Amino acid sequence: MASTVTSSQYIQHHLTNWTYGRHPDGHWGFAHSAEEVANMGFWSIHVDSLLWSFSLGALFLFVFHRVARSMTAETPGGLQNFVEWVVDFINDNVRGSFSAKNDLIAPLALTVFIWVLLMNLMDLVPVDWIPWLAGQFGHFVLGMDPHHVYFKIVPTTDLNITAGLAVAVFVLMIYYSIKIKGLGGFLGELSFQPFGKWGLPANLLLEGISLISKPVSLALRLFGNLYAGEMIFILIALLYSGGILWGTLGGFLQLGWAIFHILIILLQAFIFMVLTIVYLDMAHQHH
Amino acid sequence: MNIGLTLFGQTLAFIIFVLFCMKYVWPPIMTALDERKKKIADGLAEAERGFKQQELAERDAEHKISEAKQQAADILNQAQKRANEIVENAKSDATEEGTRIKEAAHAEVEKEVHRATEELRTRVSVIAVAGAERILKKEIDAGAHQDMLEELATQI
Repeated sequence: MASTVTSSQYIQHHLTNWTYGRHPDGHWGFAHSAEEVANMGFWSIHVDSLLWSFSLGALFLFVFHRVARSMTAETPGGLQNFVEWVVDFINDNVRGSFSAKNDLIAPLALTVFIWVLLMNLMDLVPVDWIPWLAGQFGHFVLGMDPHHVYFKIVPTTDLNITAGLAVAVFVLMIYYSIKIKGLGGFLGELSFQPFGKWGLPANLLLEGISLISKPVSLALRLFGNLYAGEMIFILIALLYSGGILWGTLGGFLQLGWAIFHILIILLQAFIFMVLTIVYLDMAHQHH
Repeated sequence: MNIGLTLFGQTLAFIIFVLFCMKYVWPPIMTALDERKKKIADGLAEAERGFKQQELAERDAEHKISEAKQQAADILNQAQKRANEIVENAKSDATEEGTRIKEAAHAEVEKEVHRATEELRTRVSVIAVAGAERILKKEIDAGAHQDMLEELATQI
C-alpha cells in the first residue's frame, strides 16, 4: 500500500475514522477524506469505532449471557469455568475497593473490564488486515477509491469512545454523590474543603479541578496508551515497504511490540475498571 | 480527531450494556456461584459429621465388645463356681446320708439286741416262775424235787 502513497499519507489514512456526519454545506453523508472529517466538527459519527465497539460489547454480553443462562452449580464446563473465573476476579476487586452496598457496581465493573479489554485486543490484529479488506470491499463492491475507505478497528484509539465511557462514569459519580450526600452535601464538599468556608473560591477551584480531572484522566489515559500503541504498530508496518531486510526487522519488531502490548492492553482495561470502582466508591463516601 | 456524536453513541451503548449485564448476566452467575459455595460448605460439613459419627460408632463397638468379653468371663466364672458348689453339696449330702444310714443300722441292731434281751428276760422269768412252781410242788415230793432242779439247770 505504501508504494502508492507516501508515509505520512499512509499514517494519516490509518488514523482517520470512517465518518458519517454533516458537511459544512449542511447535507449529511460519509466523509471521503481526512479534511472532510475535520470539517464536520462535532456533527460526526465515527461509524467504524461505534460498529466495532457495539459488536464487541454485544459479543461480550452474548457469550456471558449464554453462560449465565445455562449456569449450574454443578461441575462447570470450559466456558463456564472461564466466565466464573472472570466474574470472581471482578467480584474480588469490587469487594476490595468498594465499601458501600450497590448492586450496580459489580456488573458495571465487569462490563467495563471485558468490553475495554476486547476493544483493546483489536490492537493486536495487524494494522493493515482489516482496513485492506475494507478497502477491497469498498473498491469492488461499492466502487469506491480504496484510499478513501477509512476503517479503524480499535475503538479505544478513538478519544470519543474512551471519553464516552468516562462521561458515563462521571455522570454516575455525580448521581451517587448527590443521592448519598444530598445536593447540599455534594456542593458542601466542593465548597468548604479543604480550607474551610473562608477559602471558598480556592476550595471550589481545587475541588472542581480534582472532580473534572477524574473523567478526563480516565478517558485520556486509555486513549493515550492505545493510540500510542497503535501508532507504533503503524510505524512498524511502514518498514514492510522498505524491502526484505527492513521487512524482516519489522516482523520481529511487530512481534516484540505485540507481546509487550498484551501487557498494556490488559493493564489499561484493568486500570480503567479499578479507577471506575474507586471513583464511584469515593462518590459514596462522606468526607 | 474531533469530539463528536460518537461520544454520545458510546455513552448510550455503555448504559444499555451495563443495564443488560446488571439484569441478565451478573445475577444468575452470582446465584450459581453462591449456590455452589454453599453446596461445597454443606458437603464438607456433612463429611466432617460422617467422620465423627464413624469415630463414635467405632468407639461404641469397642466398648460393646469389651463389655461382652467381660460378661462372658463373668458367666464362665459363675458356672465354675456353681459346678463346684454342686459337687460340694453332693459330697456333703452323700456323707450325711451315709452317716444317717449307718446310725439307723446301729439303732436297728441295738433295738434287736434289746428286744432279744427282753425276750430272754421274759422267758427266763417265765422259766423261773415255772421252775418255782415246780419246786413248790416238789416240796411235797422230795424225790421229784431233785429231778426238777436238774431239769431247770439244763434249761437255763
